[in-house]
Amino acid sequence: MNSTDFILAAGESVNPLLPNPWEILVTGVGFALLLFIVVKVIAPKFEQSYEDRVTAIEGGLEKAEAAQKEAEETLAQYKAQLLEARTEANRIREEARSEGAQILADLKTKAGDEAARITEQAHRQIDAERSAALASLRSDVGTLATELASKIVDEALQDDARAQRVVDKFLNDLEAQQNAGASN
Amino acid sequence: MIAFALPMASEEGGFVPPTVSDTHLPDLFPWMAEYGTGFGKQMLMIVLSIVLITWFFTAAIKNPKLVPGKMQFLAESGYAFVRNGIGRDIIGEKNFRPWIPLLFATFFFILLNNLFGAIPFLQLPSFSHAGSAYAMAIIIYGTWIAVGLKNHGIKFFKLMVMPSGVPGWIMPLMIPLEFISNFIVRPLTHSLRLMATMLAGHMIVMLAAAGARYLIVMQENLAMNGLGVLVIVGSVAMYFLELLIMVLQAFVFALLTAIYIQGAIEADAH
Repeated sequence: MNSTDFILAAGESVNPLLPNPWEILVTGVGFALLLFIVVKVIAPKFEQSYEDRVTAIEGGLEKAEAAQKEAEETLAQYKAQLLEARTEANRIREEARSEGAQILADLKTKAGDEAARITEQAHRQIDAERSAALASLRSDVGTLATELASKIVDEALQDDARAQRVVDKFLNDLEAQQNAGASN
Repeated sequence: MIAFALPMASEEGGFVPPTVSDTHLPDLFPWMAEYGTGFGKQMLMIVLSIVLITWFFTAAIKNPKLVPGKMQFLAESGYAFVRNGIGRDIIGEKNFRPWIPLLFATFFFILLNNLFGAIPFLQLPSFSHAGSAYAMAIIIYGTWIAVGLKNHGIKFFKLMVMPSGVPGWIMPLMIPLEFISNFIVRPLTHSLRLMATMLAGHMIVMLAAAGARYLIVMQENLAMNGLGVLVIVGSVAMYFLELLIMVLQAFVFALLTAIYIQGAIEADAH
């Protein structure tokens, strides 16, 4: 028996290329079932999971970016505020300085004015008092002089009107003398 | 097949090499009288693979976390591999989304069924049986033509057999060639590539096992026994090679599926 016969014999018993109909049926139906499950359940779930992950990662990145941006904005804001505050402080200081100077000047003027006013008032008062004192002195001196004269010349010069005239004349003379002395 | 090349041994009552018949395990429900044609282990494995894929991927994504656990990570990596590595890269950003489930199901269905061949006790790649490979190829073939007709109408067939930019006088030659290549050979190669590699791998495992058993148990000669041990060591290396091929074939099948779909969508672009 040569080997070709064996090949033929083997081929006759089972040819590996000849399919068993059951295999085709089971494989075909089985694959269709598997495909159905994959289409309906497995693939959507995996795609969903993939999508979720992409969303989560992208969302996280976006969130981080937003946070970064916000932080930068806040920093810029703070810096601007700080600068503003500094400028403001400088301005206020400057203002206060000038205001202080103004106030000082005002006070100085006011004090000067007040001093002048007080001085004037004092002058006026002194004048008034001098006039009053002069008047009172004049009458007192007159009285004293009259009393003294009456004592000297006794009752001769009891007449008031006369005595007054004499005193006035004497004082006027005295004044005239004084004025003449002053003018000299 | 190696098994057929060693016929003489069986006549002498010595080494009986495993044959293709041995890849057909006894039927569980022999509704069909002929051996190897009923509902057998291979079909149970197909069902098992569907259950396992469904269970794994639904359990892994049941409570999706933003930071995935081990299982979710594994499942998502697998999904992303098919989605981006096969779907998006081949079909293109614009059109790939509706095809993710088909590519995903194709890849993992074939991958798991192939890996069954590397799992002890199961030890049978489902797609070493031609029927399963044909079924998958028919589904993809049908999908391919349907997509082409949907996108280009009946003109799709013309686009498929008449490549643009080819001078007119060569057309009589091109049309039959393109027809045979695209409409006849394509589904055959698509299925047989998978089936043949899986069957060959399976046969090698069987041959190594049977050979090693024969050399160790049946032979009195110590040198022969040692040779048997060497066969086992060699078969371990073959096992890892098979593992690689199993993954590779699943990838190739899904990749070709994507390429065919892309070709049908953009039939007028080449």
